[in-house]
Amino acid sequence: MSDQALHIPNGIIGIPTSLVFALIAALIVGACIVAARRGLDDRLVPLAGLATAFIFAAQMLNFPVAAGVSGHLLGGALAAALLGPALGVLCVTVVIAVQALLFADGGVTALGLNVINMAVISTFVAWAVIVLALKVLPSTRFGVTVAVFAGSVVSVVAASAGFLVQFAIGGEPIGQSLGSVTAAILGTHVLIGIGEGVITAAAVTAVALTRPDLVRALRGARIADPESRLAEERA
Amino acid sequence: MSGGDGLYLPGASPIHRLAPQAKLVALVAFTFAVVATEREAVWAFGVYAAVLLALFALARVPALWVASRSLIEAPFLLLAVAFPFLAGGQTVSWGPLELSLDGLWAGWNLVAKATLGVWAALLLAATTPVADLLAGLSRLRCPEILLQITAFAIRYAHLTAAEVAQMRRARLARCDDPRFLWQAGALARSLGTVFIRSYERGERVWQAMAARGYIGRLPIEVSPRSASLSQWGAAMAAPALAAGLAAWTAVGA
Repeated sequence: MSDQALHIPNGIIGIPTSLVFALIAALIVGACIVAARRGLDDRLVPLAGLATAFIFAAQMLNFPVAAGVSGHLLGGALAAALLGPALGVLCVTVVIAVQALLFADGGVTALGLNVINMAVISTFVAWAVIVLALKVLPSTRFGVTVAVFAGSVVSVVAASAGFLVQFAIGGEPIGQSLGSVTAAILGTHVLIGIGEGVITAAAVTAVALTRPDLVRALRGARIADPESRLAEERA
Repeated sequence: MSGGDGLYLPGASPIHRLAPQAKLVALVAFTFAVVATEREAVWAFGVYAAVLLALFALARVPALWVASRSLIEAPFLLLAVAFPFLAGGQTVSWGPLELSLDGLWAGWNLVAKATLGVWAALLLAATTPVADLLAGLSRLRCPEILLQITAFAIRYAHLTAAEVAQMRRARLARCDDPRFLWQAGALARSLGTVFIRSYERGERVWQAMAARGYIGRLPIEVSPRSASLSQWGAAMAAPALAAGLAAWTAVGA
């Protein structure tokens, strides 16, 4: 059930707040288009397109969390670690828009809110945490795993905190104190974040060991892990 | 998420034939009108639901299909059911239960607005092919670059999904027994492999495009059809009605 946990439907946040956040989302996505174009030039469309298709596929992988409950990735941290913040925001934004228009997942009025939380906040926070952590940690297999795990957990919690801010500004009255809503939402999202972190860290480490140049968060650094490199050559 | 086709149901109803840009604007307008409606105006939500159900019937969308696709909002329905028990304030007793009045209204508000929003979006998704949807967005001045990325993503989503399924089958054929949490490691590693393959495929696609004269924009200017005034009129009828009702409830309240 964690899969829909962050898609805000219609009727939770009021219209003025939704419109303001939609405007902010449009501005940030516009800035990300400019930034991504600068890095990729005319390769932007095919590469971002394929990367988005990959995020779709990643979200399709369902894995059981507990009895009867299965979850899938939100993908913000994965996109940030592999593609960098600008391209990551673009890919996740496209995923969210397609889900809202083609699959009725997430409200149309809440599109801007969802883009801010899941694409912008989650991707930028994950990127910041991973890059900072990699400065402190050694660039080994262990270091990358820990950095990406921490980035994923923090990014999911930050995205849910984004929802809480929006809810505090313009939420429809639901007869509950903001405090109890906050506790419930942050609590569940720490759990979701840990699940997300395990998968994302393993996936990014797998890429980092074979093609470190494709992990944007490493920024050209190589991973010192002679053992696995040997194993790969043998395979 | 089931591939890149969306939920399109082929058909030839008047709604299928409407211009996609008009349907998109109608969807947004209708949803905003629904969300803006006062939650105490229960009858207004009944009218919205009746309008949408009539449109589903006109588009020949099976009711069962709508019901099963609406399950996407099930987590929120559970949340809405919980409100009357959690919220404070004035209570009403219903059998052995003490229900909060505020909580009941809050739950109703969420159920009504979320369900109507999902239905409206389903109506668009069921009657509009993905390519038309992108053409409609392009008519509405959505940034071309985002639409191109979306088109690529949808085109290759099938391939990437098939690759994921293929790797899973390969693992199963080699005596892997995916169960519970232990499969997470293998899953994540195959995800890494799929990313490398996707990225490399993206580079190959770009090279192929560059070899055919691609310089950052598609060389053929495909301008989608414009919508006639009567098409706009037909598409905006339902949202206009909804907006009228929303304004009515706001003034009345």
